[in-house]
Amino acid sequence: MSDTHSEAARAIAFVRTDMLPEQEPPATTIGFVGWLRKNLFSSVANSILTVIALLFIAYVMSGLLPWLFQSVWNAGSLNECREIMNATWGDTHGHACWGVVKERWLQLLYGFYPDHLYWRVNLAFVLTLVAMAPVLFSEQLPRKMLIVTALYPFVMPWLLWGGSIWGPIAAALGFVIGYYAYKILEPIAGSLVAIIAAVLLPVIWWFGLSGLITGALTDLMPIGIEAVQSRKFGGFMLAILLGIVAIGCSLPIGIVLALGRQSDLLLVKAICVGFIEFIRGVPLITLLFVASLLLNLFLPPGTNFDIILRVMIMMTLFAAAYMAEVIRGGLAALPKGQYEGADSLGLNYWQAQRLIIMPQALKISIPGIVSTFIGIFKDTTLVSIIGLFDVIGLSNAIRADTAWNGIYWELFAFIAFLFFIVCFSMSRYSMYLERKLQTGHN
Amino acid sequence: MTAMTDPARESFRLSMLIYDTRYRSFTIQAVALLGFMLFGAWLISNTITNLQTLGKPVQFGFLLEPAQYDINQRLLDYNNRDTHLRAAFIGLTNTLLVAFLGCIAATILGVFVGVLRLSKNWLVAKIMAVYVEVFRNVPVLLWIVLAMAVLIESLPSPKDFRGDNATASMSFFDSVAVTNRGVYIPEPLFSRSLGDVHLLGDSPLRMDLSLDLLAIVLVIIASIFAIKKVNARATAIQNSTGLRPTTWHVNLGIFFVPLIVLLIALGFHLGYPELKGFNFQGGTHLRNSLTALWLALSLYTAAFIAEIVRAGILAISHGQTEAAGALGLRPKRIMSLVVLPQALRVIIPPLISNYLNLTKNSSLAIAVGYMDITGTLGGITMNQTGRELESVLMLMLAYLIISLSISAVMNWYNSRVKLVER
Amino acid sequence: MKKSVFLGALTVAGLAAGAAAAGTLDDVKARGKLNCGVTTGLVGFAAPDENGRWDGFDVGVCRAVAAAVLGDPDAVEFVPTTGKTRFTALASGEIDVLARNTTWTFSRDVDLKFTFVGVNYYNGQGFMVPKELGVSSAKELDGATVCIQTGTTTELNLADFFRANNISYEPVPIETNAEGQQQYLAGACDTYTTDASGLAATRASFENPADHVVLPEIISKEPLGPLVRHGDDEWGDVVRWTLNALIAAEELGITSANIGELSAAAGDNPEVNRLLGTEGNLGEMLGLDADWAVKAVQAGGNYGELFEKNIGENSPVGLARGLNAQWTDGGLLYSPPFR
Repeated sequence: MSDTHSEAARAIAFVRTDMLPEQEPPATTIGFVGWLRKNLFSSVANSILTVIALLFIAYVMSGLLPWLFQSVWNAGSLNECREIMNATWGDTHGHACWGVVKERWLQLLYGFYPDHLYWRVNLAFVLTLVAMAPVLFSEQLPRKMLIVTALYPFVMPWLLWGGSIWGPIAAALGFVIGYYAYKILEPIAGSLVAIIAAVLLPVIWWFGLSGLITGALTDLMPIGIEAVQSRKFGGFMLAILLGIVAIGCSLPIGIVLALGRQSDLLLVKAICVGFIEFIRGVPLITLLFVASLLLNLFLPPGTNFDIILRVMIMMTLFAAAYMAEVIRGGLAALPKGQYEGADSLGLNYWQAQRLIIMPQALKISIPGIVSTFIGIFKDTTLVSIIGLFDVIGLSNAIRADTAWNGIYWELFAFIAFLFFIVCFSMSRYSMYLERKLQTGHN
Repeated sequence: MTAMTDPARESFRLSMLIYDTRYRSFTIQAVALLGFMLFGAWLISNTITNLQTLGKPVQFGFLLEPAQYDINQRLLDYNNRDTHLRAAFIGLTNTLLVAFLGCIAATILGVFVGVLRLSKNWLVAKIMAVYVEVFRNVPVLLWIVLAMAVLIESLPSPKDFRGDNATASMSFFDSVAVTNRGVYIPEPLFSRSLGDVHLLGDSPLRMDLSLDLLAIVLVIIASIFAIKKVNARATAIQNSTGLRPTTWHVNLGIFFVPLIVLLIALGFHLGYPELKGFNFQGGTHLRNSLTALWLALSLYTAAFIAEIVRAGILAISHGQTEAAGALGLRPKRIMSLVVLPQALRVIIPPLISNYLNLTKNSSLAIAVGYMDITGTLGGITMNQTGRELESVLMLMLAYLIISLSISAVMNWYNSRVKLVER
Repeated sequence: MKKSVFLGALTVAGLAAGAAAAGTLDDVKARGKLNCGVTTGLVGFAAPDENGRWDGFDVGVCRAVAAAVLGDPDAVEFVPTTGKTRFTALASGEIDVLARNTTWTFSRDVDLKFTFVGVNYYNGQGFMVPKELGVSSAKELDGATVCIQTGTTTELNLADFFRANNISYEPVPIETNAEGQQQYLAGACDTYTTDASGLAATRASFENPADHVVLPEIISKEPLGPLVRHGDDEWGDVVRWTLNALIAAEELGITSANIGELSAAAGDNPEVNRLLGTEGNLGEMLGLDADWAVKAVQAGGNYGELFEKNIGENSPVGLARGLNAQWTDGGLLYSPPFR
């Protein structure tokens, strides 16, 4: 067998005895060209699509690029802009007048906040990130950083609104009182009395005593920073602030509502479902109408919250209903074994919620919470309709200035850019979280 | 052994309401109800006191007073001597109109973009990704205002159509005029019209029903019914003989012949828009405010729907497609019989909640002057009469009814398509 | 039982609050700030500048009141209000005075229960059209598309006008003046209607103002003035007479330039002396300092100076005095005597 084979081999004039050297793949399948062929021109239909897409991009860019870049930055009014445009390009169309952004960008960002106090706003928002970090990156960061998170709800308002330091300290003290009341009373008088005391004592403290004591302390030791009225808040800062407050305050309410909705207690469930469906069934703008027109009617005569606080209240209620649904989703996603496991350990309802259910449910809900935040954040623009000076409201006010009457696109482009940057990065982050959480489950 | 015997039946003691888990739920509910009612009573008593101080008792009588303002966009007849209630109703129909149009456009666009995002063409997929990200991450209010601005600035005004050296001209054989006041399209007219029926007499909810339209709808329904019969018969023949008779030409005939006969009988013709005086006259006028709102809401919502569609398609595991292929199904049937029914189950619930969002976002119509219910009842009526509490309550009620109806449809659908597990 | 106690407590609280709300003047003095409702931005009348400082004709009235009451024209919190929120803000006590281009009408006065303390600008609704349209009277506007700002009296006037003249029109409601301007310039409406002052201000900001005309018809009376809540006459008097002081100051030739000299000592004109507090006790009657009017005028000048600076012919808005001239010059401004 091998003989015949070798004879046949001898009869053929040329036999390759060694392997050909490995060759590069054809130029059309690798590198840039190969990529183009694979991704853009793989078939006739695809090629046509690509050409249409290219034409579309070219069309958009041909309008957008000159407008963006052949523009006027140094002008104090729209008329000045127009003069410069006429002098430089011969016409006033198709060129942006960024002078308005250059002149007003600080106002668009901070509203009417006193400019020597901008650092307080900046610090407050940096602090927000620091306070959120230990919650979001719980593995990497030390648990001690949670102290910042606990202090944040008292420090942030103090930084933004200013005033005496005793106010926030007194507010925080209420929680401390409640905590210790529970700690001390529980072994002595049982948990029910302890819980009642833990709720009542802080309430008495906040509404009764703290006012007197902080007043006295302020007179004795007037430690504080310059107070800023909430009317001065505006611009992009207002949007962020409303978003943070609404989400922050709505989280506990949302948890309670979600638990209420899952509860076996019919009445509690009915109240929670009613609230959630009502809030989710009406547009935010009607709730803002309530904030601006009606909320004072519902409160005891003579109470007068300022409009920003009222908007915060309504936005919080609005966010709470959505938050409740997100958390309900998180609760529903937990395997039933977790509930049963907690029961079999003999934990009561609140212990099970606190130790087993909520930590997991909240973790699953984080992406949902972030997207709720993005939604609320975008919805804050609606406050311009009730006359608050958020970015859109401010852009209208800027247009009412004689110097900038008639300017339009530049302001909206700037606002859209601001929102896009913030929302886009947040949505990317939430996607990253979602992926991280998903792999954690498998 | 003592553990085995039942505990002696205790007589009910008051402390059991707190410490006995059997009764505790009653206590909690009673406390919750009491708290809730107290809270409600507190709110109401505050409101009554406050309104008394202001001298504005709650009354809805203003709704029956003449509105005195005009509404440009209306589906039903209205003039400024009609009541505020009528104006609110006109606004409600406008809300429903834009929500309906928006949902349709957003669905079509969203599915289109969602599928293209999965395209093998890199450039197209990227463009769609950019579209989705840009539209999702900028507030819808801004999009509405921008859409209006684009329509106003980029389209020609009616005066550009005028004169010998007009810079703009009508498209589609002089039948459609696209202007920055809106789009004028030919309107269907009937020279031998059957007339209208006036429903609900003189009440604020009155509406005219065109008998012509009714006749056309009836004929179409009848045709579809007949086509179904023909198809059923064809299937019966196929089942008995194995051969399916061709039915498409019969179906076409059944559909179009009665319709065309009816249209000729009614004297159907088109009324073309014409430039007369200041404006185009005749034809149907799609106002800019409607178009801008429709466009912005659809584009914004479509970005969300695209993501839902993409996720829905990706959620169907590849094994399903392969298994269907192994069964011998063709790609088209795989899509329609295997992938889509499963994907739809994932897609539909979030899709409907997006419809809900779109409807609620349509309340931003106020920013472009589209007279929806927020613009009439919550806008001009509220301003002119100063009845904030009543107007806002009615406004909320209207939206709540719309939302709850959509939710009801959603729940009904969900329960229908839900996988029955275990 | 418990509930009635609860409600009783509330009623007491309500009465206490009602009593407290009765004295707006005392409230303002105690607060050290005047809360003044203005527009969210209207060229010439009220707009914030890049430092957040408000300026404009209506703002001038607010500052004068603040100066008269508190002695400091900057002791004002400006609360931007929309057409919708303005009355609620005033009724709920969020603002002490509303100076927001508000037309004095019967129903606002009687039904909504506000007191208009006077008129700081006599306005009227007019129409602006491009010259090339060749329209010379509003009655020729049959079939025209009309841009109109919602939430004001203008839409009612417009409906009335077209109905009275039996001609048709297509209303295009718009939310803000800026949008109206944009639509009008782009030709999306044939004519823009709003207060004549607003039209003039808008026209002044155009690239080519000469291409547009304001039609001669003024279809409504729009007396614009500051207003306060019903039922607090002391406070109403303060605002009313501060406004009158500005008007009277112009009539009497008192300007921010010469007021220092005139108020230093009593002069020859007894009315000037009474106004400036160098004679008599008018300030005391109002519950204010003797030199309240001096401070009010010093805040931004007399009526004429405020007008010239913010909306007058030499300002970008470029309005003529017209009806808003002193009665001695053929206008309607007529301050009751200070005595």
